Amino acid sequence: MTNLIIAALLLFLLGLAYQQGWSRSQAVATATGTRLHSRPVYHGALAAVWVLVPAVLVLGLWTAIGPDMTRNFILSQLPPDIAALEGNALNSAVARIMALSSGSGVAGTVEPYEAAAAQALDQFRLLSYLVVIGAAAGTGVLALLLVRRRIVPRLRARNEIEMVVRLALLACSAIAVLTTFGIVASLFNEAIRFFTFVNPLDFFFGTVWNPGFATTGTGAVGQYGILPLLWGTVMVAAIAMLVALPIGLMTAIYLSQYASRRVRDVVKPIIEILAGIPTIVYGFFALVTVGPALSGFGQAIGIDIRSTSALTAGLVMGIMIIPFISSLTDDILRQVPISLRDGSLGLGATPSETIRRVLLPAALPGIVGAFLLAVSRAIGETMIVVLAAGNSPVLRANPAEPISTVTVTIVNQLTGDSDFAGPQSLVAFALGLTLFVMTLGLNVFALYIVRRFREQYE
Amino acid sequence: MDMMAGKFAANVTPLEEGMSLSDHPIRLEARDVCVHYGAKQALYDVSIDIPDRAVTAFIGPSGCGKSTFLRCINRMNDTIEGARVTGRIALDGEDVYDRSLDVVELRARVGMVFQKPNPFPKSIFENVAYGPKIHGMVRNKAEAEEVVVSSLKRAGLFEEVKDRLHEPGTGLSGGQQQRLCIARAIATRPEVLLMDEPCSALDPIATAIIEELIDELRENFTIVIVTHSMQQAARVSQKTAFFHLGKLIEEGDTANIFTNPAKKQTQDYIMGRIG
Ligand SMILES: Nc1ncnc2c1ncn2[C@@H]1O[C@H](COP(=O)(O)OP(=O)(O)OP(=O)(O)O)[C@@H](O)[C@H]1O
Ligand SMILES: [Mg+2]
Repeated sequence: MTNLIIAALLLFLLGLAYQQGWSRSQAVATATGTRLHSRPVYHGALAAVWVLVPAVLVLGLWTAIGPDMTRNFILSQLPPDIAALEGNALNSAVARIMALSSGSGVAGTVEPYEAAAAQALDQFRLLSYLVVIGAAAGTGVLALLLVRRRIVPRLRARNEIEMVVRLALLACSAIAVLTTFGIVASLFNEAIRFFTFVNPLDFFFGTVWNPGFATTGTGAVGQYGILPLLWGTVMVAAIAMLVALPIGLMTAIYLSQYASRRVRDVVKPIIEILAGIPTIVYGFFALVTVGPALSGFGQAIGIDIRSTSALTAGLVMGIMIIPFISSLTDDILRQVPISLRDGSLGLGATPSETIRRVLLPAALPGIVGAFLLAVSRAIGETMIVVLAAGNSPVLRANPAEPISTVTVTIVNQLTGDSDFAGPQSLVAFALGLTLFVMTLGLNVFALYIVRRFREQYE
Repeated sequence: MDMMAGKFAANVTPLEEGMSLSDHPIRLEARDVCVHYGAKQALYDVSIDIPDRAVTAFIGPSGCGKSTFLRCINRMNDTIEGARVTGRIALDGEDVYDRSLDVVELRARVGMVFQKPNPFPKSIFENVAYGPKIHGMVRNKAEAEEVVVSSLKRAGLFEEVKDRLHEPGTGLSGGQQQRLCIARAIATRPEVLLMDEPCSALDPIATAIIEELIDELRENFTIVIVTHSMQQAARVSQKTAFFHLGKLIEEGDTANIFTNPAKKQTQDYIMGRIG
């Protein structure tokens, strides 16, 4: 309710300011008989921005300091013996009063002092609410008056609006960047804590993964060699890419160059459905169908293939990634100008020569990008490997044996009771950081390749 | 009419001494060719004979179907979704739309320079060597180099690019790209060469070089050229066909068309009154 009223107030201010800026600019132009530098819409928009910013600042300020002020007010209303409580006891006393005031019930009997405090809180809330709204509206109106005085025919409202738009866009992209930095910083922080328990050299170059259990933890730390996990991750991702890359590429080539419109219209959505299947479903599929089938096949030809293994997980992950590669590559191939294809065909090249020698090279940067994105996905993929890779963090070369990956291990280390105090759970952050650095490295590499290729041909 | 004769007569390239167009065997024969793009008809019943070892010019206002007809000859319209060609086009008496005909081989024999320069995103060298390589016409680097250099020279581009043969062809200027595409087309030694406005972006000197090239190619090959320049049509061609709104209005000896057109429309176009 309160939020709705505030939103309505802001909207009203916005509309008013826009209208004022718009009509005022025309009025001054007519009065002075000069041409406006910017069209009235820009004056309107600029006035709206100028009015909105102070009002929003006031509201933002209240959001920041309001809760503390409310709490202090409640404390001042409590009898001294209650107010002298500490920690959880105090918090729950405050929470009871807030619950009473907001009308949701509380357990147990309501003490008289509680009822009184709740009533006082009601009044405080109403008052502060009115003050805030008044302040927001007041600053808004004040700003509007000031803005009206600024409006003269030569005011470069258009340029200022362009600047505002630029800042707004910048702020939006800053959100993504800041979030990334925040995540990395927290990963880094916790990883550092982990490295106070375990020597980084043992972590990055250890070949044995045997963290032991947090509950047994007296001082026994266990062994945290990441190499078996990295090896498992790389093996599964490599098998997945071996499956997905050729099939995805061929599919894309068929769809973009050979398929008739009708075939395309049917096949493409079906392939894209593959991409929409939740990965946990692929996990079942691997566990229940592909694993046993592979192991049966292995028996038939006399090779021992375990039903949960790097092979099973890699194969199914490859199937999952096919649409990713085929869809991206298809789009990229279709972006190659038709005139290039015509030029090649016109010289008597066959369609396949044209694809190999002209279209694929022209599309290569995009294809490499798609490939590396797909690799990032394969490395970060979790559900399929949790279910189908066998969860056996042992350094093994044979893909037919169970393995474990970085992602699976993170899941294992974080499930169960974890208090983020011992290395058993903190290792998850070190693993996460490693994964992040790997995918980051891949992306940087992809950019580098794409750039180099572009320089060569553009 | 006299005025027209004066304007163009001096420019018309005469055929070889004592020869008339009728002495040239017919290389390409089109009968009742209609083209539809989806529901829209772009060409109406075009019938024309194109003589061997001569230059035939297609003229006509923009959008009248010159490129469309040209693309029918080497079946480049096959690649356009929704394009439909009916009628008969025969190369040396063989229907090019026949099921048994291999379209890849057809396009190797009938080369094309497209209206819009379309160099591959490869080096200048690779652009020109592309055709000879895929057709196995060159066996090693030295042979490829020979073909590339001679083709570039004939297209009048070599001097400008000889120091940067291994830089991308897409980095050339518009007119240079156009000549690169011409060099690329002649490198495969097609028997018939279709040129769609090959000089549209060229200065007079480069144009003169290309026209010389066309004259030289004419000795051995069949050439069809689309042009918007009446002077150019008069200078390089022996036969001219005038298209208007998808129809072939008039065709005949270039000298005749330019000095004594049978149709009023042709005359108006040549004199610059329509189009
Ligand atoms: N790919 C296409 N799809 C649909 N319509 C087309 C296509 N190509 C050409 N057309 C239409 O066919 C008609 C003839 O086009 P065409 O390109 O043959 O003209 P043109 O004589 O070469 O013109 P210009 O001198 O401008 O190059 C035009 O009306 C054009 O709009
Ligand atoms: Mg054209």
